[in-house]
Amino acid sequence: MTHMTSQMPVTSQHLGPSGNNRLFAAGSNATLADHERAYGPLPEHCIDATFIGVLEQSGLTGRGGAAFASWRKVSATGQGRDGALLRSRPVVIANGAEGEPLSFKDKTLLLHAPHLVLDGLLVAARSVSASSLYVYTTAVAMPAVEAAIAERRDARRIQVIEAPETFISGQASAVVNAIGGGNALPLDNRRRLSDSGLKGRPTLVLNVETLSHVALIARYGAQWFRSAGSDRDPGTRLVSVSGRGADQVLEVAGDEGLGFVLAHAGIDLSGVQAVLVGGYHGRWVKPLDYRLTPSGPAGQTVRPGAGVLHVLSTGQCGLEATAWIVEYLAGQSARQCGPCVFGLPAMAKVLAAIAGGDRNPKLVGELERLGTLVARRGACHHPDGTLQLIQSALEIFSEDVGAHLTGNCTRMGGRAA
Amino acid sequence: MDSALWALGRVSGIVSLAMLTVTVLLGIVNRSGRPLPAVPRFSVALIHRNISLLATLFLLMHIGSLMLDSYAKLNLVDVFVPFLGSFKPFWQGLGTVAFDLLVAVVLTGLLRHRLGQRTFRAVHWFAYAMWPIALAHSIGNGTNGTERWFLALAAGSVVAVGGALAWRLSSNFLENAKIRQRSLS
Amino acid sequence: MNKKLHIDWTRCDGRGLCTELLPAVLGRDDWGYPVVRHPRNGDGTNATIGPDEAQAARDAVKLCPKLALVLQA
Ligand code: SF4
Ligand code: SF4
Repeated sequence: MTHMTSQMPVTSQHLGPSGNNRLFAAGSNATLADHERAYGPLPEHCIDATFIGVLEQSGLTGRGGAAFASWRKVSATGQGRDGALLRSRPVVIANGAEGEPLSFKDKTLLLHAPHLVLDGLLVAARSVSASSLYVYTTAVAMPAVEAAIAERRDARRIQVIEAPETFISGQASAVVNAIGGGNALPLDNRRRLSDSGLKGRPTLVLNVETLSHVALIARYGAQWFRSAGSDRDPGTRLVSVSGRGADQVLEVAGDEGLGFVLAHAGIDLSGVQAVLVGGYHGRWVKPLDYRLTPSGPAGQTVRPGAGVLHVLSTGQCGLEATAWIVEYLAGQSARQCGPCVFGLPAMAKVLAAIAGGDRNPKLVGELERLGTLVARRGACHHPDGTLQLIQSALEIFSEDVGAHLTGNCTRMGGRAA
Repeated sequence: MDSALWALGRVSGIVSLAMLTVTVLLGIVNRSGRPLPAVPRFSVALIHRNISLLATLFLLMHIGSLMLDSYAKLNLVDVFVPFLGSFKPFWQGLGTVAFDLLVAVVLTGLLRHRLGQRTFRAVHWFAYAMWPIALAHSIGNGTNGTERWFLALAAGSVVAVGGALAWRLSSNFLENAKIRQRSLS
Repeated sequence: MNKKLHIDWTRCDGRGLCTELLPAVLGRDDWGYPVVRHPRNGDGTNATIGPDEAQAARDAVKLCPKLALVLQA
């Protein structure tokens, strides 16, 4: 557990950073010299397709939200290159567009450890013999990335593309669409990007944090990676903590306890009512004895998604907070798919009515009915992510829902419950 | 012989125009996403397509008979290049323009799945230009063009298509416009 | 052999032709967009098409005014 901003130990013996301070081991605003001092040189020339096997052993999963096994993604992109004669060379994209307003770990990473991301991008590109490399990120992080690229020879072929500040701009096919010269909107998901992505070429889109882990696995190996975290969730992950106290980015071990992470962020747990884990497409949880891991039994673990932990303090209304988020999400629908374009605003309205004290008993049923209409009916995960958030709110704040519908919510000016 | 060809040319032209009028109307109904009474949406789409193909067939008859006719003396160049004809070149030229547009609209319609939606749509818009041009041609060029019954028919068609167009541009045009609007507000 | 009728939501405008041709497979939602009646594994985007509906599904692909439907193996 390390605060990004605290004094960071520098590893000089190149056995790999020990403990959980891995990604920021080169310090703040790391230059190429800082970076090489901390991690040693990148064995880039030794990397080929066999690295995919190393990735598999490491057990690394994507840190952008979906937690898909990274080696599978890489291997799907690299596959069949020898088989089909005319198959074009792959594209690899480092995705640093975190449209999620509560997530800032990718920005922080690109600002402070851009070389680690570039290393990871180069390694991934070599393992699939890619010919085009991109970093896709928002305006704030672009100067740091461009400066880092200018510092090194091996990164000259990497192109930096600006991502718009929209919620959906980081969705993988939206990334491909944007780099291809279109809008940053998702594409129909009939074809897989690993078969036909940017300009019809096999395309690998990996989150920038995922790539940073790749860079370290290439240096220190799978066993080193697995020395942190647990068997089902090896390695470390970055989390963005917000809602109480200052926003902060922490690096924590995989499978860490939620309460433990919050306590280390300096948050007084007695003031925590619930935590939104995974961001606007995530879910509310309480109490705090959940473990943060993408795999495990539902009652004991919660998927960290892109690592967002947002605290709802006691005294705040979870329904109001959720209604506000859903309204925002409805506004962020990319206006493409009917059920998402019309269904999300309809759900936002019903939720706002419940949160605002409308006592119509049919509201919850209507919300559920609308939910079945948007589920799995869009080109991207946006409707389903929104649905998951709403469902978790109805579950976690079920007492509040009851209080609102019976007019007993104290905050709403009703009778004391 | 000549008078038979002349008659055929006139009648096929009028029939073709009437069918194009129906095609335009059906196209607008189809675009609204609404069925007609007792005619489901996919039938509206099919009728729209089939009548337009029939209209094209009658138009070819119209052009063919006038090419053979010794008075009209339409040649192959006149069929495709407007305003060069010997008889009322302006009004005949409008007919040529309408024919060219119709060919483009029909071909892209038939090849829609190959060309993709974007090209298809862009070209399909020309239908709205083609129809009034064809109508003007029939009035200015046709032997019966200025006769009372024909003008009445033409006026009726203009009212029908104009009305459909006004509906097309109104906010309630789409079948689900109201409920969609309600979800968003 | 069953096939999958894929709805490209980025194109579909809910005009309802497909729902008329495949009433047993597709319904319509509040806004007119097609709803897969019996979603397989909750998949609301790909409808399963049996041999009896194959011809109707091909017609729907052909007639969809937005080219939003694809029939896949
Ligand atoms: S599901 Fe929603 S956010 Fe996703 S592409 Fe469709 S309209 Fe856009
Ligand atoms: S026919 Fe096409 S546009 Fe109409 S509802 Fe079906 S898929 Fe959508």
